[in-house]
Amino acid sequence: MNVTIVDYNSGNISSVINSFKEVAKDKVNIEVTSDINKIKSSDKVVLPGQGSFKSCVDALNNINGLVDTLDEFAISNKKPLLGICVGLQMFADIGYEETETKGLGWISGKVSKIDNQNGKFKLPHIGWNEINIIKNSKIFNNIENKSHMYFVHSYEFVPEDKNVISATTDYSSNIVCSVEKENIFGTQFHPEKSDKIGLKIIDNFINL
Amino acid sequence: MLKNRIIPCLDVKNGRVVKGINFIDLQDAGDPVEQAKIYSDGGADEICFLDITASNENRDTIYDVVKKTSKKCFVPLTVGGGVRSVDDINKLLNCGADKVSINTAAVQNSKVVVESSKKFGSQCIVVAIDAKKNDDKWEIFTHGGRNNTGIDAIEFSSKMESSGAGELLVTSMDRDGTQVGYDIELMSKISSKVNIPVIASGGVGNLDHLVDGIKLGNASAVLAASIFHYGKHSVKEAKEYLDSKGIPVRI
Repeated sequence: MNVTIVDYNSGNISSVINSFKEVAKDKVNIEVTSDINKIKSSDKVVLPGQGSFKSCVDALNNINGLVDTLDEFAISNKKPLLGICVGLQMFADIGYEETETKGLGWISGKVSKIDNQNGKFKLPHIGWNEINIIKNSKIFNNIENKSHMYFVHSYEFVPEDKNVISATTDYSSNIVCSVEKENIFGTQFHPEKSDKIGLKIIDNFINL
Repeated sequence: MLKNRIIPCLDVKNGRVVKGINFIDLQDAGDPVEQAKIYSDGGADEICFLDITASNENRDTIYDVVKKTSKKCFVPLTVGGGVRSVDDINKLLNCGADKVSINTAAVQNSKVVVESSKKFGSQCIVVAIDAKKNDDKWEIFTHGGRNNTGIDAIEFSSKMESSGAGELLVTSMDRDGTQVGYDIELMSKISSKVNIPVIASGGVGNLDHLVDGIKLGNASAVLAASIFHYGKHSVKEAKEYLDSKGIPVRI
């Protein structure tokens, strides 16, 4: 099996690479590339993302044919794809970080700044927070409710259809921290930095 | 609920741990990779390396340490010490650091913070502030505490927030190494001034100091070195103690 981590100059992805390689050992081949032919032929795709919504969308668009290839992979061919952090946020129709920016539009909704309640909550939301699992997502196989995951973000994904939400976390309000829509998975938190429990989520995705 | 973080810090010199865990069963007590792994297995919420390598020719040793550690530890790794430019930050991130802390360079030229947070995102830019009390204010020191800049630490923290820092690592130079506790007044003043998380550092001698840093200093995270290194307390003990005092921690 081939799992491709999309390397599209979206900032620091070495931790994502390290964690997937740790989990995959020699059983699964982990590719790190933006080569659209390699993405097309892979079995699963991981879409990381750091920095702003705009910078990530711009970086995707800068690689010729990449967005169309991802569209074909996830929407037409319905192959498993995992978005992490801004990778998840880009599933939305639109994001408001820096300036209004069009997302991939795979899951209807918007990405807006977390309401810090007039400074009551520090932003970014950095650190370990518990996840409330509200849907039996396949990537949560053997993950206990209220497990701790590592978060770093100031913006949140607000999907229109609440049925796609698989977990939330409490910070200022109930923040969507995981989604599942058919073959599309996403986590706002960083499984690659969430210790053994995070590696288990990566393992679940690899074993889908 | 978001948990307060406990961050053990390891001083690394020429690729070796200087102050470290004093465990007899360690195969190589000077190996930063092995020590970081002990901390992450023990429940550390993050790991921090402070590179105190003095000579330029040995500065590359930290990259190798970061590379190896990031393949074994799957909690966030912050690396600081001698970070001068956007290029230095890029190199550390490429080696597997999740965050980079900038000290002297941020004071000398805040553009480094502006540019790096734009390029890599605020989430990986930590500004380290070393401050010392002088009458009724705190002044910023650079170059590992050797140079007094006279810059007001509280105002500087605000400037760093607007420059794009994602977190502030605040060290009291008066307290560092004394084991008498954090400078609570400094921590709480900075924490109420900025809306980004503050990591308290400098002066921890016992577990109550960690409690004070969070409860009185309003720090989001507490960093400590020697209480963990010499086997005085484990990270697990620290967490259980904080928990018993009603502080939310990841256990």
